Amino acid sequence: MLEVCNIDTFYGKIQALWGVSLRIDEAEIVALVGANGAGKTTLLNTISGLLCPASGSATFLDKRIDGLTPHYIAELGISHIPEGRRLFPVMSVRENLEMGAYTYHAWKRKEETLEEVYRVFPLLKEREGQLARTLSGGEQQMLAMGRGLMSRPRLCMFDEPSSGLAPRLVLEVFKVIKTLREQGITILLIEQNVKRTLEIADRAYVLENGRIVSEGKSSELLQNNHIKKAYLGL
Amino acid sequence: MKKLLKSSFSKSIFTFAIAVLLMTIIRNPYHVGILIFLGMNLIITMGLSLLMGYAGQISLGQAAFFGLGAYTTGILTTKLGLPIITAFPLSILLTVSIAFLVGIPTLRLRGHYLAMATLGLGEIVHIVFNELLSLTGGPSGFGNIPLIKIFGIELDNDYKYFVFVWAIVAFILFLSLNIINSRMGRALKSIHREENTASTLGVNTSRLKLTIFVISAGFASMAGFLYAHYVTFLSPGTFSLRFSILLVTMVAVGGMENIWGAITGTVVLTLLPEYLRFFKDFDILIYGIILMSIMILRPEGLYGIKIPLKRLRNNS
Repeated sequence: MLEVCNIDTFYGKIQALWGVSLRIDEAEIVALVGANGAGKTTLLNTISGLLCPASGSATFLDKRIDGLTPHYIAELGISHIPEGRRLFPVMSVRENLEMGAYTYHAWKRKEETLEEVYRVFPLLKEREGQLARTLSGGEQQMLAMGRGLMSRPRLCMFDEPSSGLAPRLVLEVFKVIKTLREQGITILLIEQNVKRTLEIADRAYVLENGRIVSEGKSSELLQNNHIKKAYLGL
Repeated sequence: MKKLLKSSFSKSIFTFAIAVLLMTIIRNPYHVGILIFLGMNLIITMGLSLLMGYAGQISLGQAAFFGLGAYTTGILTTKLGLPIITAFPLSILLTVSIAFLVGIPTLRLRGHYLAMATLGLGEIVHIVFNELLSLTGGPSGFGNIPLIKIFGIELDNDYKYFVFVWAIVAFILFLSLNIINSRMGRALKSIHREENTASTLGVNTSRLKLTIFVISAGFASMAGFLYAHYVTFLSPGTFSLRFSILLVTMVAVGGMENIWGAITGTVVLTLLPEYLRFFKDFDILIYGIILMSIMILRPEGLYGIKIPLKRLRNNS
């Protein structure tokens, strides 16, 4: 479904990604793990078009997407749920969700999608009229995820959805991600919580200093000595 | 009833009604004249509010767009003898095209490049008005611009023109409120602080900013058209950078968060100098002190200020 091939991305003169390749198949959960500053978010931003790669290619549903503008990529069915939620603080919960359905194909089915999102996050319906900034951290994350789903995406990219959340809410987030996959949405998941992430993901890539250092089935990576030592603290 | 008041249509009608009511109460041609200029300022600042408060961009070229609107219709009707009805769309079209050309390269960039580009444009337009002697009469300007005739009535006095200007103010308000409440308005609000996020949600941010900039230039040009056919005389001094800065100040003083803030600021800053005449030579000093106090005490703008009556009562 998504194929990233040999991508190099720069911030000015500093190279952040070195020949990164990655593949995601339909209805998979693929995890991208790595330490702070490894380039996880940079890779996501490159896929969603916020950054333009210097070389390499990205293909989504047999269409080249590298170098396209973000709004065009969103229109193709990639949803990027950014790190730190990035909600619109002075808009209501409902308005935030409606912004998620901004793309042409999603706007037509806005009401229908809203019902579906409220079914996944009943709490958001209760808070419908409240300003986004008055929500708690957990609720804000739910809203960010809900907003990401409003575009009826084929591929959902989550950037650290569990950061800053209480353990109980982290479980909730992972549960939601699993449900989404059951509904046929493909997922690319960035996480620092490596153990839990590998438990729900089908496959995973490990990013270190801007390079993919290992990849494979999650179950295999969980047994990998380097990973055990570096990320699981075993 | 409450719902009725909430619609943008009734808000506009209401504004128009208040204005006409004011006119019938005042009955002083000088004061009516001031309110006509207030109407023109409002038309410009409403556009500027969309640009500054919603799209987060500053334009220092609104006086130039105002001037382009005024000079184009002035020149077309006097030098070329075109009827006003043809000069009107042409003046808007010219201004809007220039805004479009300036906007294309600058609004692709992030940050306040638009402010810089429009600052330059303002100076260029000002120089053209001064130097293009054959058409503009240079620094001394030109006059004899015809009056507007509508349904056979010539708008030859302040009262008639007042109604005409404020009908257009109401229309522009209606238009602006509809833009704000549309899908586009929502998107505008979203790009103000979270431009990256908005773009990943599918908002074409540069095109949106360009559209709103062009709309604001169109509003300014509209005001210019009204100015030319009211004053019937144009000279470059009116359309200087000073006026652009005053317009931006009106929006900032009133509050950028919503369009009513721009309206508040415009009303206050247009009428304030008139009231300060009482202080004779000290008026500019007091004007400055008032402006500074507002920005220090209420940096988010005058609109929505709540006088804390309860606290005052408790303290006393």
